[in-house]
Amino acid sequence: MSPISRGFMGRRRPVADPSRVPPGQYLTDDFPVLSAGPTPHTPLDQWSFTIQGAVSEPVSWPWEEFLALPSETIDTDIHCVTKWSKLDTSWRGVSLDTLLEHIETEADYLTVWSDGDYTTNLALEDVTDGRAWVAYEYDGQSLDPEHGGPARLLVPHLYFWKSAKWVRGLVLTPDDQPGFWEGYGYHNHGDPWLEQRYQGD
Amino acid sequence: MIWQLARVRELVDETPRCKSLVLETPEWPGHRAGQHVDVRLTAEDGYRTERSYSIASAPEERELVLTIERLKDGEVSTYLVDELRVADELELRGPVGGYFVWEQKLGGPLLLIAGGSGVVPLRAMLRHWAAGERSVPARMLYSSRTLEDVIYRNELERLAADAGAEIELTLTREWPKDWTGHRGRVNRQLLEDLAWPPRQRPLVYVCGPTTFVETTATTLVELGHDPSRIRTERFGPTGS
Repeated sequence: MSPISRGFMGRRRPVADPSRVPPGQYLTDDFPVLSAGPTPHTPLDQWSFTIQGAVSEPVSWPWEEFLALPSETIDTDIHCVTKWSKLDTSWRGVSLDTLLEHIETEADYLTVWSDGDYTTNLALEDVTDGRAWVAYEYDGQSLDPEHGGPARLLVPHLYFWKSAKWVRGLVLTPDDQPGFWEGYGYHNHGDPWLEQRYQGD
Repeated sequence: MIWQLARVRELVDETPRCKSLVLETPEWPGHRAGQHVDVRLTAEDGYRTERSYSIASAPEERELVLTIERLKDGEVSTYLVDELRVADELELRGPVGGYFVWEQKLGGPLLLIAGGSGVVPLRAMLRHWAAGERSVPARMLYSSRTLEDVIYRNELERLAADAGAEIELTLTREWPKDWTGHRGRVNRQLLEDLAWPPRQRPLVYVCGPTTFVETTATTLVELGHDPSRIRTERFGPTGS
């Protein structure tokens, strides 16, 4: 039971649908930027997206080929572990179901890696069945570098650090290996509805 | 990570918009310079809200200090700056974050680049540096709108005089007639002059508003600094 904060009234914003805001989150209309280091600027002719690791054969798509893959529009809410949530965001990208379609693997986990040496870990079941995409458009425009362009992972049902910016590939692994923030005390899974912010939550 | 109670021991006016909260935290597990805490407020009807704030105090200090900037329409920051009184209690948990951290063993040269209230975690690092052997040089480049907005001004002068920290202030909006510091925003020229040359591999921490951090970090990379030696943290209007 939390003690009352003397004199605190709060400035509750009327939320159209409170069931869309996970515990401990507040809504924002802008799109805050958080990253651990400088924004990488990889030229598109040097960009590719690769699937490797515990797979029968690695695959890699250069930018033009990646854009030619079947894409989807994703309308979703996003939730950052630093407490902001943003409703009704709109993205365009390629479903991981599409990317993994012809991949044979026994692996249950994957590590996503990005330019700038960022990594994050996910269970395969968290990125399949229409739950994850590699997105390259936001609101009908090319994705800004500071928001992860040219392409970022989008896993909206988990806290947004799992949606790695500047994504370049994924490595399928038999074991679960902590990624960047997961190694710095953040929760391994990161479900905002269970408020899994930090280790032990 | 569990919530614990902190009691306000002292409130310090830093600038017209910023206040430092000196907190008694009997159950605090300790922290490293640069980490932050989550603060939770509860209204009488049970409504609760949380925000994250950087820790302003060094690990070797007994009390935990948070410096809060009052944001326009900030639900939590206006309460903490305007309403909170000595002996009030706050719920917090932490420390949080492990990358935007400086420890003695990480060495340097240590370059701290702050925009506005982004100075808060960097002040913890500078205090931690001053409390150690100071075997690497430390330099802070701190951009504020006006002299009045400079947080910790007296303390920074003292750290320069007593500990040999190099403090470089720049004012972007207005400056006194006799101002001898820098004028204008942190730009390429200023970074060329004040960041160590890339071959000396300074360890750089940049903290401030998004555009400040974005511009500064990008310029440092363009000047030849190794991106893996540049750590960033951003303070947006959403108070992250």
